[in-house]
Amino acid sequence: MAQHQVNYASSAGLPIALTTVDHLVNWGRSNSLWPLTYGLACCAIEMMASGSSRFDFDRFGTIFRASPRQSDVMILAGTLSKKHSEFARRLYDQMTEPKWVISMGSCANTGGMFNTYATVQGVDRIIPVDIYLPGCAPRPETLQYALMMLQTKIRKESANMNKNTKQNLRLV
Amino acid sequence: MRKYTPKDNVQAKSYYSDRFWVAPRVPREAVEEGTHFDRVVATLRSQIKLSYVEVGQLVIHIDANENFAVIKKLKEECGYAQCSEQSAVDYLAQDGEFELFYQFLNINEAKRVRVVCRIKKGEAIESIVPLYKSANFAEREMYDMFGIKVNNHPYLKRIIMPDDWEGHPLLKTYPLQGDEFAAWYEVDKIFGKEYREIIGPENRDPASIDRYDTKRFSRVGYEVPFGADISQGEVAKEIEYSKTLLVDYKTKSKQLDERK
Repeated sequence: MAQHQVNYASSAGLPIALTTVDHLVNWGRSNSLWPLTYGLACCAIEMMASGSSRFDFDRFGTIFRASPRQSDVMILAGTLSKKHSEFARRLYDQMTEPKWVISMGSCANTGGMFNTYATVQGVDRIIPVDIYLPGCAPRPETLQYALMMLQTKIRKESANMNKNTKQNLRLV
Repeated sequence: MRKYTPKDNVQAKSYYSDRFWVAPRVPREAVEEGTHFDRVVATLRSQIKLSYVEVGQLVIHIDANENFAVIKKLKEECGYAQCSEQSAVDYLAQDGEFELFYQFLNINEAKRVRVVCRIKKGEAIESIVPLYKSANFAEREMYDMFGIKVNNHPYLKRIIMPDDWEGHPLLKTYPLQGDEFAAWYEVDKIFGKEYREIIGPENRDPASIDRYDTKRFSRVGYEVPFGADISQGEVAKEIEYSKTLLVDYKTKSKQLDERK
């Protein structure tokens, strides 16, 4: 069984725990990833299922928010049409730093089966992506796994976002 | 037994057969005497160029200039109260014309009529929005997809594509994967044209393999470290198989049973 209480007697007799700023900040960031409520196509149905009781995103501290100002993660769930790309980018710009992006499903990754004039051929043409989720549509388990992978990634990153390499690649 | 097909000249045969499946023509029947459709045709007698029944629907061909007058009569005298669809077909390559069609429904008689007319490229058509409110969006879609102008339409504006889009996508001459404007639309709009070089062209090939990409591709016998630069050519390496699976036949006798 996990011990949640600090045993002061065994911690060298002191009520302290040693850690780094990176570790502490990333502990907070990775366990309260708030995604934007933003569905584009049928992948959004799987995203909704992931948020609801059977798969239950809340236990990861992941609560969907209705405003980009309150969100940390953008899950691009579905086909991004060229007409809508401008608004997707604007929502991304409105999110406050630090922010991460999950590209969910074949359409968001590469345009998928929509090899046409009206579909953006991969959302990474306009938004920098952290995790690419394969599938058409991915199961909620896959999205859960992607979220856990994103948590792992955040825990490895520096708390100072300017030091992270992806930050320098961002198009502003 | 499988049915025998002659095998002579089978390879050349594909050159003579149609490449695509050609749909069989739906039979056109004459309008029967005394039916509801006969009365419709009698009402519009002078304005009809051609009329026949196709899959239980009356089809009437009319002159494009008279579309409003004919449809007004159809609504007020024949009881066709609903316009369920209106659009066009691109026959520019074949005939240099668009074929416009209007689909009407008579709810009391449970009958449908299709009104067909043809216009040349660049010609406009009269709007039927004063008669049918549902034609509003249909005519806007026709304008968006084919570029056909509609006279006296209350709000003729693109309905599906963005307002600043160039080209009309349902024309047969419009490429499926888009022209240059479409290919760079989101980049031009969000970042500006100077970002085209940074972002690069779209990858439209689902099976594309980059010869020098060592992050996603590797070649058997030419394995290199992840992300290594191999633009100057890589060194060939012998394939390493697991040694436990190999039997060295050169040094050892092939006869495995030594008792003989």
